[in-house]
Amino acid sequence: MENLMSVVEWSRLQFAITAIYHWLFVPLTLGLSVIVAIMESAYLRTKSENWLRATKFWMTLFGINFAIGVATGLILEFEFGTNWSNYSWFVGDIFGAPLAIEGILAFFMEATFGAVMFFGWNKVSPRFHLASTWLTAIGASISALWILVANAWMQYPVGMEFDPAQMRNVMTDFWALFSGIAVNKFFHAVFSGWALAGVFVIGVSCYMLWRRRNRDFAVNSIKVGAWFGLIGLLLTMYTGDGSAVQVARHQPMKLAAMEGLYHGHVGQSLTGVAMLNPDKEWNNEEDEYLFEVSIPYGLSILANHDPNTFVPGISDIVEGFSINADGDTINTVSYAERIERGKLAQKSLADYDAARKAGDKAAMEAAQKELSVNYPYFGYAYFDSVEEAIPPVGLTFTMFRVMVVLGSYFLLFFVVTLFFVYRRDLIDRFRWFYMAAMVSVPFMWICSEAGWAVAEVGRQPWAIQDLLPTCAAISDIPVSSVITTFWMFAVVFTLLLVAEVSIMCRYVEKRSKEQLYTPEKA
Amino acid sequence: MTLEYLQNYWWLLISVLGGILVFLLMVQGGQTLLYSLGTTEERRDKIIGAMGSKWELTFTTLVTFGGAFFASFPLYYSTCFGGAYWLWILILFSFVLQAVSYEYRRKKGNVYGTRTYDAFLFINGSVGTILLGVAVAMFFFGAEFTVNRDNILSGQAPVISQWASTHGFEAIFNARNLVLGVAVLFLACMQACLYMMNRLGDSDGDFFITLRRMAFVTGSIFVIFFLVFLALLFTATGYEVLTADGRNASVVEMPYKYFHNMTSNWWELATLLLGVVLVLYGLIRSVFSKCFTSGIWFTGFGTFLAVISLFWAAGYGNTAFLPSLTDPMSSLTIRNASSTEFTLTAMSYASLFIPFVLAYIWYVWRQMDKKD
Repeated sequence: MENLMSVVEWSRLQFAITAIYHWLFVPLTLGLSVIVAIMESAYLRTKSENWLRATKFWMTLFGINFAIGVATGLILEFEFGTNWSNYSWFVGDIFGAPLAIEGILAFFMEATFGAVMFFGWNKVSPRFHLASTWLTAIGASISALWILVANAWMQYPVGMEFDPAQMRNVMTDFWALFSGIAVNKFFHAVFSGWALAGVFVIGVSCYMLWRRRNRDFAVNSIKVGAWFGLIGLLLTMYTGDGSAVQVARHQPMKLAAMEGLYHGHVGQSLTGVAMLNPDKEWNNEEDEYLFEVSIPYGLSILANHDPNTFVPGISDIVEGFSINADGDTINTVSYAERIERGKLAQKSLADYDAARKAGDKAAMEAAQKELSVNYPYFGYAYFDSVEEAIPPVGLTFTMFRVMVVLGSYFLLFFVVTLFFVYRRDLIDRFRWFYMAAMVSVPFMWICSEAGWAVAEVGRQPWAIQDLLPTCAAISDIPVSSVITTFWMFAVVFTLLLVAEVSIMCRYVEKRSKEQLYTPEKA
Repeated sequence: MTLEYLQNYWWLLISVLGGILVFLLMVQGGQTLLYSLGTTEERRDKIIGAMGSKWELTFTTLVTFGGAFFASFPLYYSTCFGGAYWLWILILFSFVLQAVSYEYRRKKGNVYGTRTYDAFLFINGSVGTILLGVAVAMFFFGAEFTVNRDNILSGQAPVISQWASTHGFEAIFNARNLVLGVAVLFLACMQACLYMMNRLGDSDGDFFITLRRMAFVTGSIFVIFFLVFLALLFTATGYEVLTADGRNASVVEMPYKYFHNMTSNWWELATLLLGVVLVLYGLIRSVFSKCFTSGIWFTGFGTFLAVISLFWAAGYGNTAFLPSLTDPMSSLTIRNASSTEFTLTAMSYASLFIPFVLAYIWYVWRQMDKKD
């Protein structure tokens, strides 16, 4: 195995498995924390014990999920150091700041007020408790804000410049980190968490209905979950549309990979259903798809909100075509030239370093000038061929479709759920709906994970877009060590996930047998 | 504010976070004593009940400590975390086990049973504290690594920091590092006893006496190991480093460097001595007075002071806070490992929230303890 896969691939796998597990728990935390806060607010307003019981029921599930999310999050933060040490130096001046601020502003808020939320029912006033519940939810979202700002910066590095004396990138504009991409990414991720939590609440409630237990409690929870989830999903779709425009302008290769598009056109169609041709390469004349069903003008509208926009494919981009921030087609620099200019940038940096050591200021200035011209392509110097700069098309293409198809399904799901739940007889009559809702729950997670796969696989091979590929971002550690820790984390995370799901199931089963709802007095 | 001032300021913040973290490791101390003190299920639950409400604070402090180090001294984050790979992975692994254990240990359907989660807590409590002590000991006793920024230009091997091939195991099995690791473990255990004496009071007379006895035993072991550590520290050779343009210009080996640092900066020595006196006072009075339950506040504050003074000795006074035993010129200082003036300034604005954060933590816990 060691001969087949390098430390880069195993480090990527380790980071991927940590991120995948972490993202199993985080979206539920983001969404369920708000649902719990909404229910507790309803309790404080109405003084109804039913709302209080609902709050405590969902809060317990939130707590079970929260603990394991915290555990995986710790690993994710430190893996930047343990497995991506070169990355940590090369951009630590920029990337580290959001992480530190996240710790100061968000983690303590979550930890402190989360403790009040879980343990403070009889220790603080009801208003203080409600405020703590909301602050826990807000803290979770603030935490997401900072880490997503950091993630967005990796995909669209702005607000910085390269300092040849220190051989690293340094921050020049803190607020530039809050780019349109960062803002979109934040809202897209948080709202997707709302949608996921909505599906979770509906699924668990439908289990109660299926077992003919606590009907009114379940129906009330479904109403909250369905409205919350629908709002979350609509906003996810809206921000997803914004993300597509951003990706088209700043990461056109990712968009082309999402579509499996090699040669773009004006008025480019969007592939609905298709099978990619495995023999297709960027530089051969094979067909892109074995078969396809397309939506006319779809991709042009998605990329630029204009049916007559040119959308470049992979081969076009390799040859230098792209669209700029205004959506206009431009011919910039081909990938072959980028590799050459990247190597020139590295040569200029070596010249600069030699001049610095010799104390030759004139030579330093000359080298720095040369370097600044070619620095935008610095990362391409690590490649020997243009193929290395193309992301895995098949996986990106597939995951994009999984996300879109499941996202569309869940839009329908929320609408149908609301229709059923507001028609008393319907929710009681169609028992198949309970099963459908329960089966739908894991698919929401698949949808959410697929979204991340599109974002992260589609930007390969870059750790930082155009500046640092993953192969140059790693630590100098033996592959055997990374293989060992990969399996350590894979086994432990899996065992803990099994425990989490088991505890949740047992809790729902036990509590659903109790009376969770009392008819209100007239 | 100049870059130098900001580097000093951020090292101060790192030392404060380190001090708070070591104080809060009392949670890990309680977990370590789970079996020795918790002879019955009921007692184990009592210990967990006392520690359970604080574990997240320790955990969060550790995460913030890591984040702050990354942001303010990224070359340390890059070199030490990527180099001493196994040391940090084992620390993180133990904290992963801890994070779920409090929540899951008593829950129905937890699959592996309460004893497994208690074992997880014991592993985190003992292994986690020793290894954190080992990591801090490297500040003084160094590690085998080199840093060569030119490597970024090498297509085949672009990693700038290279570490010994054992990748952290050499640090774990270094006797001098282990002395501090064991000292931190027994300090945490002692603090846990004193904290539980304060939290639980003497309503359960037998348990109170057991706690007092355990505080004496663990406190005595801590004092012995800490004195050995101080002896090793004050006789250790450190590096005197001069920096120019963010890089080491000259590195000179200096015998008794840390002793010299302490004695030439009276406030470092005074802080250390005050910390030691407070720890000893809190311990001795708790052990010999039958109804004294406030020892944790003396030992806690004393621990905080002692830790920050050690951080100051490691980082200030042109000292290498991660000395390289392989290539002294590669040693890390707060001058060559830091972020830029711009970033440190931006983060300094964020750090203004720290008093506010501490205030609401204090206020919230006061509210929570009021009606307890």
